[in-house]
Amino acid sequence: MATVLDVLSWIMLLGGGGFVLVGGIGILRLPDLYTRMHAASLTDTLGTLLILGGIMLQAGLTLASIKLVAIAIFLLLTGPTATYALANAALMSGMYPKDTKLPEDMPS
Amino acid sequence: MMTVVFGVFLLTLLVITAIGVVRSENLFTAVMLMGIFSLLMAANFFILDAADVALTEAAVGAGISTVLLLGALALTPPTERHERTGRWMALGVVSLTTLVVVYATFEKPRLGDPDAPVHQHVAPWYLEQTPALIDIPNVVTAILGSYRAYDTLGEVIVVLTAGVGVLFLLGLPGAVGDRKPEDLAKGRTYLSHHLVPQVVGRLLIPFILLFALYVQFHGEYGPGGGFQAGAIFAAAIILYALIEGEREALEVISPRLLVWMMAGGALLYGSVGIVTMLLGGNFLEYNVLASNPVKGQQWGIIVIELGVGVTVAGVLLAIYHAFAARGR
Amino acid sequence: MFLAASLAIFLTMALALARALVGPSVYDRVLAVNMFGTKTVLLLSVVAFLYGRPDFLDLALAYALINFIGVLAVLHFFENRHGSDTHNAEDK
Repeated sequence: MATVLDVLSWIMLLGGGGFVLVGGIGILRLPDLYTRMHAASLTDTLGTLLILGGIMLQAGLTLASIKLVAIAIFLLLTGPTATYALANAALMSGMYPKDTKLPEDMPS
Repeated sequence: MMTVVFGVFLLTLLVITAIGVVRSENLFTAVMLMGIFSLLMAANFFILDAADVALTEAAVGAGISTVLLLGALALTPPTERHERTGRWMALGVVSLTTLVVVYATFEKPRLGDPDAPVHQHVAPWYLEQTPALIDIPNVVTAILGSYRAYDTLGEVIVVLTAGVGVLFLLGLPGAVGDRKPEDLAKGRTYLSHHLVPQVVGRLLIPFILLFALYVQFHGEYGPGGGFQAGAIFAAAIILYALIEGEREALEVISPRLLVWMMAGGALLYGSVGIVTMLLGGNFLEYNVLASNPVKGQQWGIIVIELGVGVTVAGVLLAIYHAFAARGR
Repeated sequence: MFLAASLAIFLTMALALARALVGPSVYDRVLAVNMFGTKTVLLLSVVAFLYGRPDFLDLALAYALINFIGVLAVLHFFENRHGSDTHNAEDK
């Protein structure tokens, strides 16, 4: 049982690390602001869940696990909200995605 | 060994960030890079096992300082003004100082060396005597709150003085100066038009306040204490001001209450000292506060940390409102 | 395994820093700083377990809350600037 938990937490930690790294490469190489937002926010959430889940499996049922659950809930709540606010601010200030065709009657 | 590798990596990123701050022309960029700088320093303190300092640096440096600098930048032009005079002298002074500091590190003891002078004189005494005299697990809070309480009183007065200085220069609507909160535009901020940040913000604010109280009173058992708790409390009210509006935030914690908080915390701290003198001991000698000297020490530390937290929260909020309410 | 995860997070922090230094617009930099903040929270959690000190998770929790406030503050103050007369997002 302990080795099953160990193997599972290994997989989750390494997977989480991999996704986080993919997000970092994405934010550097993708061409446009909005595509970079995809890379940053999606991999943030998934990496958070996997890494914190892996640590929780190692910690067992202690106070530390409850704090990790709290951290995960806060990051899950605030990550997408920050991305929404950022995308909204960028769009409202006039930065459209590349190759966007605006309709002719739209106010700029 | 691991600490050294982590440390070298973090310090390299720190140098790159510092070069980025200096080379950037746009001030918003510089402020955000300074936020990253504070985060790197907090991580650095963390891997060196200094948890209290790391928490304070993260809360105050990366959180509140960035917000205050942005509030100031909202009132200024966006790029820095170029200064052409005195650059060679500045370069000379900085190079000389760098060489002196590098020379001084040749005699430094290795990291964690038990024979280093800093581990010889007072530090072992603090570590050995704290369980007998004060009996709290966090020795940092014991040193800050009890052995060196007089110095911490000085720190609180410094924080109060900073707040008073900002209020002299900028004024606070409703408390200092002649603007009233009713003069502010009925606060519909940028974020109050959007539902998602409002809902999430309203969900989070009670938990941030609760966490601030937890950090305040848990400072004796883990990383925490008054400074960190005051910063987190101020962050919660700043979040309220960002999503609801300046005027609503000034109605929740009124400017008079802010001034009372600023001075009241320092007053609470000093009055603990006066009470111990009236009870027969020296200034800030907590042993006389209860029948059992160890309990007296613990009570003393709780009350002065509360004073520190109240003053820090009041000062940070007053400075934020002084900047943010100015542009209307 | 904690060491591998922490090295991956370190590398991502370096990449996010590169984007914050290069990013042509302010919004790129805000995105990079937000990502740097959440990676710092993960790094603090992993290193707390690596060093065997689970009480240090309070720092990660505090920073997770403060990171959010920082991003919202940047967006609010960037939108409500009064000192400049050009409202341009494409600044270096």
